[in-house]
Amino acid sequence: MTGVATETHTVEVTVNGRHFERALEPRISLADFLRDDRQLTGTKLGCEHGVCGACTVLVDGAAVRSCLMLAVQARGREIITIEGLGSGSGLTPLQEAFHRHHALQCGYCTAGMLLTTTAFLRENPSPTEDEIRAALSANLCRCTGYQAIIDAVADFASDGARSV
Amino acid sequence: MLASDPQAKALAGGQSLLPLLALRISQPSTLVDLGGIAELSGVDAQDGLLSIGAGTTLAELEDSALVRDRVPLLAKAIREIAHRPIRNRATIGGSLAHADPAAELPAVIVALDATLVAHGPSGERRIDAADFFTGAFTTGLGDDEILTGVEFPARNANWSFLEVARRSGDFALAMVAVGVELEGDTCTRPTVVLQGVASGPVRSLAAEQILENSVVDDAVAAQAADAATRDLRPPGDIHASSDYRKRVAAALLRRALLEVGRRAQ
Repeated sequence: MTGVATETHTVEVTVNGRHFERALEPRISLADFLRDDRQLTGTKLGCEHGVCGACTVLVDGAAVRSCLMLAVQARGREIITIEGLGSGSGLTPLQEAFHRHHALQCGYCTAGMLLTTTAFLRENPSPTEDEIRAALSANLCRCTGYQAIIDAVADFASDGARSV
Repeated sequence: MLASDPQAKALAGGQSLLPLLALRISQPSTLVDLGGIAELSGVDAQDGLLSIGAGTTLAELEDSALVRDRVPLLAKAIREIAHRPIRNRATIGGSLAHADPAAELPAVIVALDATLVAHGPSGERRIDAADFFTGAFTTGLGDDEILTGVEFPARNANWSFLEVARRSGDFALAMVAVGVELEGDTCTRPTVVLQGVASGPVRSLAAEQILENSVVDDAVAAQAADAATRDLRPPGDIHASSDYRKRVAAALLRRALLEVGRRAQ
């Protein structure tokens, strides 16, 4: 292939509540923008083709694979990464549930797991275990620590008063 | 841009195209992002038709009461497609234009006799779902055309959509979409479509002939399933052999027919 485009597009985007305007090459994925430009390395890249879910972030509140979205497609959108979950100090109640249930081993999938489940629990605050399993099938944990993650989400959801 | 450069590619939700770019399977010269065209998105019901904009995301369709109410088969199939984070970005038009032989939506639009609306430099063109898929990953869409909408006619039928996948959200080994109208417990206007077992959706006229004017019991369902799958030569790969896919398709079809048949009683 010859002549990879080096033109740039101006993109305005809000990341974790902060507004940015950047001139970006159209080929940059949202994940690479977050990690390399914004230095938000909590967002992990696993497979880079939409299978593993490690790079999941929230775009206007919806869980999205940031490796399958170009940064220019995020124009005008509001992005939340793992660094932007909660108030910034301490753990969110969902993160505390993960902590309590040892719902992470190496931790590589954890950011994606938390963002997938955050969006899921907002859409479905009282899920059944089957619904939790179906939702978590969007994310791979290669330590295979799934049961503890399911337990953490179920424990969190069992307290109906808590909101994500 | 799409019209002047045959190597350019339209980008919708990117949930199929961006993995192909990441894996260097597809190397288009230019991407034309359709995401900014608001007119491509939305669900509209009128004159017995449900019109869906090509840019409507699968999550929007999953959450749409209109879709659940008017085309329950589509609503059921969408919940089987990948995972919610994918459905949040993936669009109905993007998936249909991609024409993956293992995707759910091609079977759905063929089973429901949907009409596709395409736009190009010479204006609007309507394509019957049955004529749209010309092979694996190929459609009747011209290089200079984009899909703008899908229209589903209202039909008072009992539907079933079933698939088998190793894990929730994985590509299915085989899937079936069936619809029948019931007069008492007798089937009329049956529709039988299999997917994932050939280069595109397969409508089985042989099975439909068996079902027309019959009461679906175990024997009829088995006979129709056999007729629909007898001559299939599904692809075999590490996930399942050709023979296994064929058996799965037959078993799913039998179950789906009994499911719609039971509603007659």
